[in-house]
Amino acid sequence: MTDVKRGYVRPLDIKQGRVDMSHGSGGRMTAQLIAELFAVAFANDYLGQGDDGAVLPAAAGRLVMSTDCHVVSPLFFPGGDIGCLAVHGTINDVAMMGATPLYLTAGFILEEGFPFADLKRIVDSMARAAKEAGVPVVAGDTKVVERGHGDGVFITTTALGFLPEGVSLSGSRARPGDRILVSGTLGDHGMAIMAQRESLGFSSPIVSDTAALHGMVAALLASGADVHVLRDPTRGGLATTLNEIAEQSGVGMMIQEPALPINREVAAACELLGLDPLYVANEGKLVAVVAGEDAELALAALLAHPLGGRAAIVGTVHEDSHHFVQMTTGFGGRRIVDWLSGEQLPRIC
Amino acid sequence: MKYVDEFRDGGLAKGLAAAVSHAAVRGRDYSFMEFCGGHTHAIFRYGVADLLPANVHMIHGPGCPVCVLPIGRIDMAIELALEHGVTLCTYGDTLRIPASNGLSLLKAKSQGGDIRIVYSCADALALAQQHPERQVVFFAIGFETTTPPTAVVIRQAHDLGLENFSVLCCHVLTPAAIVHILESPEVRDDGTVALDGFIGPAHVSTVIGSRPYEFVAVKYRKPVVIAGFEPLDVMQAILMLVKQVNEGRAEVENEFSRAVTREGNVKAQRLVAEVFELRREFEWRGLGIVADSALSIRENFSRFDAEKRFPLSYRQVADNRACECGAILRGVKRPWQCKLFGTVCTPENPMGSCMVSSEGACAAHYSYGRYKESERV
Amino acid sequence: MCLALPARIIEIRGDDMAVIELGGVRKECSLALIDDAVVGDYVIVHVGYALTKLDPEEAEKTLQLFAELGDATLEAER
Repeated sequence: MTDVKRGYVRPLDIKQGRVDMSHGSGGRMTAQLIAELFAVAFANDYLGQGDDGAVLPAAAGRLVMSTDCHVVSPLFFPGGDIGCLAVHGTINDVAMMGATPLYLTAGFILEEGFPFADLKRIVDSMARAAKEAGVPVVAGDTKVVERGHGDGVFITTTALGFLPEGVSLSGSRARPGDRILVSGTLGDHGMAIMAQRESLGFSSPIVSDTAALHGMVAALLASGADVHVLRDPTRGGLATTLNEIAEQSGVGMMIQEPALPINREVAAACELLGLDPLYVANEGKLVAVVAGEDAELALAALLAHPLGGRAAIVGTVHEDSHHFVQMTTGFGGRRIVDWLSGEQLPRIC
Repeated sequence: MKYVDEFRDGGLAKGLAAAVSHAAVRGRDYSFMEFCGGHTHAIFRYGVADLLPANVHMIHGPGCPVCVLPIGRIDMAIELALEHGVTLCTYGDTLRIPASNGLSLLKAKSQGGDIRIVYSCADALALAQQHPERQVVFFAIGFETTTPPTAVVIRQAHDLGLENFSVLCCHVLTPAAIVHILESPEVRDDGTVALDGFIGPAHVSTVIGSRPYEFVAVKYRKPVVIAGFEPLDVMQAILMLVKQVNEGRAEVENEFSRAVTREGNVKAQRLVAEVFELRREFEWRGLGIVADSALSIRENFSRFDAEKRFPLSYRQVADNRACECGAILRGVKRPWQCKLFGTVCTPENPMGSCMVSSEGACAAHYSYGRYKESERV
Repeated sequence: MCLALPARIIEIRGDDMAVIELGGVRKECSLALIDDAVVGDYVIVHVGYALTKLDPEEAEKTLQLFAELGDATLEAER
């Protein structure tokens, strides 16, 4: 059988080339972009099939699915980039349900003119994050929009996970008497981003905490502690997450300000910009609400995990028909930690 | 954080709380107004009120430049962005204030207005230098603390001969507002508002010094204690006020001695006097027209006055008739006594000045102190 | 109003500019409103400008006062 001679296609110029409208057309240029940039990074058997959809083995139980859109700016920040953020974020959503993440998909909306070098950096970062997490990207898509219609790149990821028998975590399960734990320092991610934008410098840089949490979740659940709620305090910070849970569960909460783990530089940066660390985003932390008697057991499990070194018990759940989240301040007074009103903006007053 | 953390120490707080309780004469009520929104914020953020005895009450004053900024002035800023195509630079505080026609600066941004948040007016000046093709306007709000930086950039723009930079000046003055409150009928005449003294602003005073408050003590016989921003400073100032009242004194005392002197920052004062002059009157949201309470840009710097460069006119916009901000700002009413509070008027949907910024009496109470109300009923 | 914080001058640059440090965070700051600032001075910073120097002696005195008042009261109550 004679070889059909294919036309020579010049390889993508990763160093100097840019995305153009032809890459979104679905034709040879799209195929080349996928082959030379995406597939080579994500390399796995599912993608290798080259079919429209990935055929996955049946699961012996319940499934959990979650999706996340990522529009972060700047695209690259200390500690990470939009790529690994996209992988971690969706894996974490699935992990917060107590499920083991199994597969990821990734959709990219690329802006015309976006440099291949940046795209490769992002995709390689995603591939690394997916590999470390043990979760392959089994399907994906890319589209191109005209210059000016996108912030460089938008990424949407979806994760599918398997929920073991007997695991039932929900924001509605917090009960009076439960204790509230956080797995580490608050506000790192949001301030890493903000610091870039506000050109703050640091003696010890603030680094985004973006990380996949499913390993730590597994360790926590394996400890035998009676965990009722797990949630990752992303947009809106710890305050928003606690208010959501309080509302869903119909309870009140009291947290202790001195117990909250916050890095010195994050606290100082927040002060300078007039921000409250309770409302600043985290991308590698979880909040756990556990049965009161298991608080120490849960804490030990978190502390023993590499990502949980600064874990702490920070508060208690109690009866409250108003569903207030309150805080005793380090000063000795008390205040409400309210829902966030719109985006937190730097202020002068 | 040095000189910050020590002034938030919970241990020292206990001692000062005991001192205040000890000093406050049982059976006598003390009502003090903290003029400055930053103090209101500190009181709520740290829960200072919980450490005060029941007979010491704090009244939250109008020293919140965002709260007292009239809607008409925000309308001007929006008009500059949407109709005159300027690049409008503003501090983050103004972005969400609801203005006329259902707009805010944030909404105007979504409609295509080039509106940018800056941390400093220096950033606005830098933007003008980097983009000579754009008209850049800086929305200058704030009390005497924030005015000297604006004076610096106007002087710099003048020295650089910039053609594309101007300022929409909404700077307001503290002493005039204090007088306005002291002259209000409820305080001056019929005594329905008990007002035993003031906590004077921290950072305004670093600029203007403690001298400008002396008339308050002399003419109106009310003690003033200038306090730093940290909660221990506030507690100490309250203690000093209680003692003054007990001893029948009416003096200006300076708790914030580490940063405030009697004369203040003369260099900054001179610079402000060089660039700005007094407006005969200015509307303060919630307080009405207040004489000699605001600044405008002097004639010889008029090239940098956005109100001269662009055809803008100020239109007064009234607040909802049921809004009690005026009474609340003067200490006559409390937030929960306003029909709109917490129902129609919330931080997401502020109807009046006291809810607009997180330091306004209503916003602070809603966001931080609402639990008290639930315990009151 | 007037979010301002005490920060230490760690570097003086030309043109009335300096670098200040607070809690490990560094930022540029203008010295146009004050005179005779040197590295090591603490200044009150508001919207990127130093408004005044902080007097370390007065700061210590104030903290001392807090402690004394507290102790005195707790003594009296015993």
